[in-house]
Amino acid sequence: MILLFLSGGLFLGWSLGANDAANIFGTAVGTKMVKFRTAALVASVFVILGAVISGAGASHTLGKLGAVNAIGGAFMVALSAAFTVFWMTKLHLPVSTSQAVVGAIVGWNFFSKTQTDYNSLIKIVGTWVFSPILAAVFSALLYILLKKILKVWKLSVFRLDVYTRIALIVVGAFGAYSLGANNIANVMGVFVPVSPFPDIVIGNFTISSVQQLFFLGAIAISIGVFTYSYKVMKTVGTGVVKLTPQSALVVVLAESLVLFLFASKSLHDFLISHHLPALPLVPVSSSQLVVGAVLGIGIIQGGRNIQFKTLGKIASGWVTTPIIAALITFVALFFLKNTFDIEVYKETPAVTQNEITINNDSSLHKVHEYKINEFCYLDDYSKNKMGEYK
Amino acid sequence: MLFKKTKSLEEKFNKFLNLTSESAMIFFEGVKCYLHKENEEFENYLAKLIKLEQTADALRREIETVLYEKTLLPEARGDIFELLEDLDDVINQTEETLLEFSIEIPQIPEKYNEHFTKLTEYSINAVNQVVKASRKFVQDPANVEHNIHKVYFWEKEADRQSEKLKREIFRDESIDKVSRRFHLRYFALHIDMVADLAEDVADKLTIYAIKRSI
Repeated sequence: MILLFLSGGLFLGWSLGANDAANIFGTAVGTKMVKFRTAALVASVFVILGAVISGAGASHTLGKLGAVNAIGGAFMVALSAAFTVFWMTKLHLPVSTSQAVVGAIVGWNFFSKTQTDYNSLIKIVGTWVFSPILAAVFSALLYILLKKILKVWKLSVFRLDVYTRIALIVVGAFGAYSLGANNIANVMGVFVPVSPFPDIVIGNFTISSVQQLFFLGAIAISIGVFTYSYKVMKTVGTGVVKLTPQSALVVVLAESLVLFLFASKSLHDFLISHHLPALPLVPVSSSQLVVGAVLGIGIIQGGRNIQFKTLGKIASGWVTTPIIAALITFVALFFLKNTFDIEVYKETPAVTQNEITINNDSSLHKVHEYKINEFCYLDDYSKNKMGEYK
Repeated sequence: MLFKKTKSLEEKFNKFLNLTSESAMIFFEGVKCYLHKENEEFENYLAKLIKLEQTADALRREIETVLYEKTLLPEARGDIFELLEDLDDVINQTEETLLEFSIEIPQIPEKYNEHFTKLTEYSINAVNQVVKASRKFVQDPANVEHNIHKVYFWEKEADRQSEKLKREIFRDESIDKVSRRFHLRYFALHIDMVADLAEDVADKLTIYAIKRSI
């Protein structure tokens, strides 16, 4: 039964692996610089590592937006998001898993009459706009840097080929790690508060419930990579944007850096501890990062070939995808609750930062535990404030 | 493993460029020997060039097979493949022209020796420059242009020399038969064609270099 409920997330994971792995290895495989088997293996291993080691940060932000407190609800949120992605892809509409999941969570909030945390929502939506711009800036800078390095190094065509292949695999591994860390929140984030797994303790080593959940989600992503991404990689590598392997390397590196910046809690904490501005940990769309990164190179090359229509499509996706996902989720939750009588949310007193209730119900306990964990992410000012309340 | 394969491929490519350059030198020496009626030496050079052309063919096929079988240089191999084919055409042209000298034994009046020597020299200068440009293309594509303009220079010089030679041949009263004039023009044309083929390679190298400018 638990697996059935998780299937919504696992399906989302599969489609993420099938589609988004192409954003990391598409050009490398499409141009035959890297064999598909190598790419799939590297992508799978590093997606799993990224998800399990660094996946918590972005999931936490999604949890702030709306902590889905019943597994039936989490199932429908994930399934609705997956259906939105599937349906919009079929209709050739621009779509992002991150945006679909956020829309679905907001849909759940409306259905369960839970207050949506608008601060988190604004933070997330702001990130969608900001992340492709950041990818464009990174790729432009990296492109200039690579050009300068190649000018100094004067590598022969033969050596450049070898180094580019190795770099594509290394950067691809980093990209897959960052994708796992950032996007596992989309796949399994909604299940975090209702995770059915107990912690596993092996000696001094503990595999937390959330890590097990993320591992399962990452396995689904890996299956997606192995079973379906080849076709997408071929299309990305040869059909959509024609890039040289070196430009592709820049694009993937820029994309990976942005994914990592929006996923790494360690980096986030490091920046905060050094009083530097830190980026919010939010799941972002790897597809839109790729478009941003390609655009960055386009601008450096003199602004030729910039498809403003594509940019317009992306911007429209920021609005349409969450709205469609929210509507589908709302209707689906209504259907699940009233037709199958499945619990999709639990009535809870509003949990706020200064009001933490104790409840014996295990899933609710997890929600509260999750909320308490949020405390760890608050800045010093908020912590002091909370101290005052205590 | 990948480094080893690439190193071996790079060595083979350089060897092919050396053969192209060597074919031009043998061609030049062969033509000079023919003009100075050093028949034995001429036949030796011809035999050398035929052997070199066969070696170059085998090496080209070997490189092309490795490129495709081991999926090396997937992005550049189309250009490398074409470059090898075009350079091979240059080698073939030198070999065929020298062979035609041996078969047709054109009667070249001594006063044209200098013209033919100059024409051959300009043509092989174009070949040597295109070999340098090809080497530059694989080493440092961004700066290939510096060598390419020299190819164009020598090709134009060869054209000018060829035209001058042909004009003189057709105005030469001492050559009584038109067929003989045609015959001499034919050899001027074929020597000049070596430079034309070098120019074709240079044109393509320019495009390849633009494609490589990331």
